[in-house]
Amino acid sequence: MRRTGPLVVAFIMGFAMIFQYFIPHPLSQKFYEIMVQQWLIIISIFLYLFGLRSFTLYHYHKVRRKKEGWYFSLIALLAALITVIIGFGTRRGPLFDKIYDYILAPLQATMFSLLAFFIASAAYRAFRARNLEATLLLVTATIVMLGRVPFGAFMWHKLPDVVEWILKYPNMAAQRGILIGVGLGMIATSMKIILGIERSYLGGE
Amino acid sequence: MIYLFFLLPPAGVEAFDTPNDEGGSITIRWKEVEGAKVYLIYRKKDTLELIGKTYDTEFSDDEVEDGVEYVYGVRAVAGTDTSDFAFSPPAAASPQLFDTSKLNIFFAVFIYLFFIVYFVRAARGRTLFIRRIAGLDALDEAVGRATEMGRPILYVPGLSGMGDVATIAAINILKPVAKKAAEYETPIIVPNCDPIVMTVAQQVVKEAYLEAGRPDAYREDNVFFLTDSQFAYAAGVDGIMMRERPATNLFMGMFYAESLILAETGNMTGAIQIAGTDAVAQLPFFIAACDYTIIGEELYAASAYLSQDPKLVGSLKAQDLGKAILMFLLLLGSILSLCNIPLILNFFRTL
Repeated sequence: MRRTGPLVVAFIMGFAMIFQYFIPHPLSQKFYEIMVQQWLIIISIFLYLFGLRSFTLYHYHKVRRKKEGWYFSLIALLAALITVIIGFGTRRGPLFDKIYDYILAPLQATMFSLLAFFIASAAYRAFRARNLEATLLLVTATIVMLGRVPFGAFMWHKLPDVVEWILKYPNMAAQRGILIGVGLGMIATSMKIILGIERSYLGGE
Repeated sequence: MIYLFFLLPPAGVEAFDTPNDEGGSITIRWKEVEGAKVYLIYRKKDTLELIGKTYDTEFSDDEVEDGVEYVYGVRAVAGTDTSDFAFSPPAAASPQLFDTSKLNIFFAVFIYLFFIVYFVRAARGRTLFIRRIAGLDALDEAVGRATEMGRPILYVPGLSGMGDVATIAAINILKPVAKKAAEYETPIIVPNCDPIVMTVAQQVVKEAYLEAGRPDAYREDNVFFLTDSQFAYAAGVDGIMMRERPATNLFMGMFYAESLILAETGNMTGAIQIAGTDAVAQLPFFIAACDYTIIGEELYAASAYLSQDPKLVGSLKAQDLGKAILMFLLLLGSILSLCNIPLILNFFRTL
């Protein structure tokens, strides 16, 4: 029963959602709204409590056992606690917004900006002309990068058109090849789950 | 000589229930009036009222009651001139039970479903060939390396929720990896950015340890919720990589802009890295920074490849047949389009 229950739910809901996609009737839309959107919100709220419990225990254990970098965990716990207190205390007032605008957003932007440095180091490794494929990648990437900046057009006025062609045809053909495979793979995986052939997500075979 | 210009009212005004909708909408259509710039649309139930204007020759009234008959009037406008009314026959809106514009998808899905069921049944008790997938072959090597080095394995199940098929595929790969890690007594760390994924991942890892006969070695603390914020998650995982120094990093599932931040940090720590995603935009980053990359559909084939379960392998044959049919249709469609016969093109256009 522990496995049969979820399999039956997956089968019924899976097929119901397939048919729902083809039925525009308001009853079908209502079914989607209640069974998917509202239930998902209810389940998510409860599971966020599990998430909060997991977050607290993980960092608490790190602090208690003084594991390497325990002070980061202490900061994470304090930051979460202070945010919750201010959020509830001020009913998401201006102070709460300031935490978001002046602490969280700049921290996120800082992490995102690291990407520029990582792109440089990854590009250096990827573009080393070790074999024919890497050389082709290096040449194509150089053309594309030059063609996307004004200096490229200054060197040769047709370079932007060449870049456009590379992106529109060989690049797009490769991307679509991957996407067709992905699409078929997605449908097959969904069908296997609906039909109960794929059960790994339940924890067992 | 004096010329008089009269703006003629629109001809052929028709009103009909908007097809393939959930009701509450009537479409009004008419023929173009020479010289007209704008058309005014009026609705008559008890009284005649202006409901909108359009530059087109079609208008959709989405504020009607189902089952109530309405008459529509259309006037053409050109500068200061306005034509007389042209009225439509009465029309009523109603909801539809089937969206006929999706008929081709409906048939395609059920034909594909038939292929899957057929190949799954046909594959029972047989050994089917699957081409080698280097990234999946390397999973054993990666787990073994972590064991030899006495360091943990880091498994990142992507940043999407359980509603994403890529996350389900990532969870399917987690099971054999966790089982192998349990057999080798190597810790596996699974930081999550979605509490639903975390709950499923905890259950999967727990079951894997149970199957490996090592339920005592399972640590709930190792499969935890980090944060649901994208870059905070990236910072958290980077921190784990730098502090715990896992020997193996596995990135499976859906990734966004943080993919390179994660993979490059892992690269700096010297870990063996295997990534698998169907996010086309992130694939180049993973290819540049990881030792092995499982590309697109290979991610979905992983469960069948690792388990060698004939039923799952059979479904891969259905995927192959689906691809073969699409390739044939693409080729045929291209040739027919070149001959100005848009038959295949039109079939896919309605999708």
